[in-house]
Amino acid sequence: MKRNYGRLYAAPQALWLTVFFAAPLAIIVAYSFLKRDLYGGVLPQPSLGAYKALANPTLLTVTWRTLWVSVAATFFTILIALPCGYSIARSGNQAMRLFLVIVPFWTNFLIRIYAWIAILGNEGFLNDLLRLIGLEADSTQFLYNQGAVVLVLVYMYLPYAILPLFSTIDKFDFTLLEAARDLGASRMQAIRKVLMPNIRGGMVTAVLFTFIPIFGAYAVPLLVGGKDSYMLGNVIADQVTKTRNWPLASSISMGVTVLTGIAAILFALTSRRSKHPVVEESGIGPVSATAGIPGGGQA
Amino acid sequence: MRLRARAYFRAVRAALRGIRPLPPRISPAELVEQGMRIRAKRRKGIAASDFIYGAVIVFLFMPLAVLLVYSFNSSKSGSWSGFSLQWYEKLFMGSADLWHAFENSILIALSSALMATVLGSLAAVGTSRYNFWFRPYVRSMSFIPMILPEIIVGVSLLVFFAGIGLKLGLVTVWIAHTTFNIPFVYLLVSARLEEFDPSIVEAARDLGATEAQTLWRVVLPVTMPGIASGFLTAVTLSLEDFVITFFVAGPGSTTLPLFIYSAIRFGVSPVINALSVVIVAGTVLLVYPARNFLKAYAAH
Repeated sequence: MKRNYGRLYAAPQALWLTVFFAAPLAIIVAYSFLKRDLYGGVLPQPSLGAYKALANPTLLTVTWRTLWVSVAATFFTILIALPCGYSIARSGNQAMRLFLVIVPFWTNFLIRIYAWIAILGNEGFLNDLLRLIGLEADSTQFLYNQGAVVLVLVYMYLPYAILPLFSTIDKFDFTLLEAARDLGASRMQAIRKVLMPNIRGGMVTAVLFTFIPIFGAYAVPLLVGGKDSYMLGNVIADQVTKTRNWPLASSISMGVTVLTGIAAILFALTSRRSKHPVVEESGIGPVSATAGIPGGGQA
Repeated sequence: MRLRARAYFRAVRAALRGIRPLPPRISPAELVEQGMRIRAKRRKGIAASDFIYGAVIVFLFMPLAVLLVYSFNSSKSGSWSGFSLQWYEKLFMGSADLWHAFENSILIALSSALMATVLGSLAAVGTSRYNFWFRPYVRSMSFIPMILPEIIVGVSLLVFFAGIGLKLGLVTVWIAHTTFNIPFVYLLVSARLEEFDPSIVEAARDLGATEAQTLWRVVLPVTMPGIASGFLTAVTLSLEDFVITFFVAGPGSTTLPLFIYSAIRFGVSPVINALSVVIVAGTVLLVYPARNFLKAYAAH
């Protein structure tokens, strides 16, 4: 008999993640139900105070803003990434085109944010340019507002959306589009009814990869946003490091985690429920459609 | 002769696709012309997406180009006022703190990537070849940290370290980085393990190899590309990380991103321009050959 070494191999990682990932999360959950100690930390008294504090109007405004900014930034990211992924997939030189998308991605996260400060700032490149061509005499502050936050977020997460979209579009059989066109569909119809349903998996990945990090954004609103662009991540950080209200920070974190989880599950569900009408009904059905059924692959 | 016939058929096919019904008595030349026109029209959709792709590349590179140009600017802030190398001089000569932060970053990146690679690769081997009671736990635990917002991971670790009384410093940064690196290594190595034929392992066992020999001589060499890319990804993520590090770093454990953060908190700093150019050039020079090496290795 072969001995089961799997446990042995997996145990160190399981232990590490239990101690340094699961336990800290459990502490956050526990703290969110405890009472705040005025000198930082918590008192060992159960309380729902931190959850009641979630209903305060300032926090609701920030929550609403965070949702709104995340949805807007994700929408623009996908809108731009979709034709990009298509263009890379259809290109004769995929490797080069992918490389060009990834290079800015290797640049340090903070440096990319900083570059936008250097462009949009009072003494930045954009103001320089506008003065040079005589469009303005003074300088305009493009930074520290909602628009700047959305713009920089789109910039930061664009490659996260382009890569999964590229890989699904690349797998798509483009003769199906030609067939649709031959059968009388217009170009937009063919893209909407044949291409889109077949790349839904990549769409879901792209949306999740952009929406989740943007929803928890901290650095971007802090550095290019103003007082009116604070997001939930900033509130959590302030509660932890400045106000030192750990129960409240924990309850907001719980809220963010739950909302993120709901978003992820909803998206995963919509992608599973959606069928691939063209491929399945036409009987061109990919092998993978039958491979999922036990014994289907062999038949 | 053959070529012309083929062009003719192609034109007929194109025409049949585009025009219904086919106009009567059309000359081959006209057909070719019509076919070409229809094809050109069809290609427009691709041209539009290519245009967007080009614009995106400009969008992605423009900030880096601006940094490059401004790093040679002689004035401290704002408008262009002449070429100068003074910021590079200051970067290499007069920025001891920055280089200390850089050392910390490299140290943390290498050590946390190493730890994550060992733990993640072993777990990937374990979960791919065996079934045991906590296998689902390992798999989901290796997935959740990736989808959880960074700020939650950072805050929970901070609260945890405070709870167990561990002083914030290089050790806490190392623990945090190892933790967020593990899932990526695990995923990349698992993907590689899924690709290769498990019967090789069984053959090795049947031929009398011990478990250790099988692991060392069969599984490890085959999985090497996955392990290498896992390690490289971990190094990159570690060098890159700001949010989690921000919470778990203490005095004396400033990493490069934290240093940059404190430098740009109050606006533009030309030394950071120069630093950015050096970092971008460095990563491209380092990663490009490494990628080629990986591709060559994977092809074997």
